[in-house]
Amino acid sequence: MAVSVDEAVSPGPVRDHRPPGRRSTGRGRVVIEVAVLAVLAAVMLFPVLWMIETSIKENRDVYAIPAKFFDFTVTLDHFKDVFVASDGGPTTLSGAFLNSVIVAGVSTVLATVLGVPAAWAYSRFSVKAKKDQLFFILSTRFMPPVVVVIPIFLMYRQVGLFDTKLGLILIYTAFNVPFTIWMMKGFVDEVPAEYEDAAMLDGYTRLQAFWKFTLPLLLPGIAATAVFALIFSWNEFVFAIFLTSSDAVRTAPPAIAGLIGGTTVDWGLVAAASIVFALPVLVFSYLVRKHLVAGVTLGAVRR
Amino acid sequence: MSDPVSLTDQPVQEASTTPPAPGRSRHLSDRLLTVAFISPALLLLLAMSVFPLLWALYLSFTDYSATRGGPATFVWFENFTAILTSAQVHLRAFTTLLYVVGAVTLQTVLGFSIAYLISRRVRGRGVLTTLFLVPMMLSPVVVGLFWRFMLDAQFGVINSMLGSIGLGQVEWLTKQNTALISLIVVDTWQWTPFIMLIALAGLTAVPKYLYEAASIDRASEWFRFRTITLPLVWPLLLIAVLFRAIEAFRLFDLVYILTSGGPGVSTETLSFHVYKVAFLGFNTGTASAYGILMVLIVIVLAQLYMRYLNKLKED
Repeated sequence: MAVSVDEAVSPGPVRDHRPPGRRSTGRGRVVIEVAVLAVLAAVMLFPVLWMIETSIKENRDVYAIPAKFFDFTVTLDHFKDVFVASDGGPTTLSGAFLNSVIVAGVSTVLATVLGVPAAWAYSRFSVKAKKDQLFFILSTRFMPPVVVVIPIFLMYRQVGLFDTKLGLILIYTAFNVPFTIWMMKGFVDEVPAEYEDAAMLDGYTRLQAFWKFTLPLLLPGIAATAVFALIFSWNEFVFAIFLTSSDAVRTAPPAIAGLIGGTTVDWGLVAAASIVFALPVLVFSYLVRKHLVAGVTLGAVRR
Repeated sequence: MSDPVSLTDQPVQEASTTPPAPGRSRHLSDRLLTVAFISPALLLLLAMSVFPLLWALYLSFTDYSATRGGPATFVWFENFTAILTSAQVHLRAFTTLLYVVGAVTLQTVLGFSIAYLISRRVRGRGVLTTLFLVPMMLSPVVVGLFWRFMLDAQFGVINSMLGSIGLGQVEWLTKQNTALISLIVVDTWQWTPFIMLIALAGLTAVPKYLYEAASIDRASEWFRFRTITLPLVWPLLLIAVLFRAIEAFRLFDLVYILTSGGPGVSTETLSFHVYKVAFLGFNTGTASAYGILMVLIVIVLAQLYMRYLNKLKED
């Protein structure tokens, strides 16, 4: 730190000879910067807004050329079509959403139950080749899913897990455990080990100390970690499409992707289904926005 | 090696707190607890990640086919030589390289610029960040579908906007040379926020007093950026870039939804090609060898990632 201060300071005065003009150019710069940011924000958000518009347009407006930005009739039919089939029963899409809830929910619970104790143990105790173990754990998460799915597919076919919810739950748990361990290890590291030592002096065993004193302090971290695991499983596509074949098991991502399989595509329906699918993710990620940096780097980078 | 140290240490501590006997059993139960807490997670990873990869390694030396069935016969390194010498694979590798380098470069430049601009704002920083982050949290399926619709040559909104400002129509996803560009653009749209988020974390962590010291000395903006901002943010940015490179290298879903590798094979990345060999050609042995080679590349990238991560943590 000290070195960089010196570096920054010493040549400073030599470089800059025009302080008086600064203020006015400064204001102009602020305007330009804000304008650039506004344009970039508009570009980033336009596709999302366009999808929302498409989902509430009538079909003739969806395919209008040139595209209609404002003057269209608002309808909620597409959202109804997502859940209610033409014969009045539930659609396969709504079944897929239910499957997604079950698969993502159960796998998240399992990953948390397996990952949190492991993270605590890695944080508290000296484990042989700890760094290598942790690296190995994270590297399993980096494997290309298309490659992993080939042997998993054969394995599942062999043991009858192909096209079952249990099969998906297992692979998603395995996919979320590395993340849970890395993310939770960061949270456990922040809780002083002295709390447990003190509890053990009072006669609690190590396990009781973990359960009664550390775990309650970890709850916010566990919640954030679980939310990320939930988002990862909810969004997952490769395993979902290759390890399932029937509508009874298929989760939402492959089901939504299946909507564009036919010769004509009902883009209004695709848009509505995408929004129904993405909305919980956006709400959940807003809830864990404080941990976003750690979450999206699989717990590796912490501020 | 460390035993003698703990032997001389422990009795002193124990003597003042608890009798030695419980101390010893506590030490034992710690070991037991470690094993009991870590092994379930490791066993699951062994069963669901390591075992499948070992199986793939075995299959990669055989001519096994998932549809033909029957016993697999060993062909040893035939699959590997076939892949490494195949012109088709070389083409896919080149496409993947173009895609990874193009997308990650664009994301880094854009993401860092946005982060830099946001970090200079005092008001509205939270709202802006939240808005910019939306694309990143969406499923690639949703992103792929959004963009496939918007880039549609006939009724896509992008062409419609181009038309209204007097520009011609572009066949974004159906022309050889534009399809890969479209793929890069869509991936950039989704993942620029990722780089932005991490760069922003780095930028806001730069201590204020450094800038203050520099501005007292009237250091120029560019000089401050080059000597204070960049060196302090660079390690974090490098990690973000490596992370994105790994992710882009193994990307499958966006290609599958957006172009299905087409037109022709112009957007077929390595992961997409593996999928075709494995699930359309059913050459499971060849696909496994292909996959193992990809895993090797990922391991190299992941090693780099971990090395820089360790470096960052030590600083």
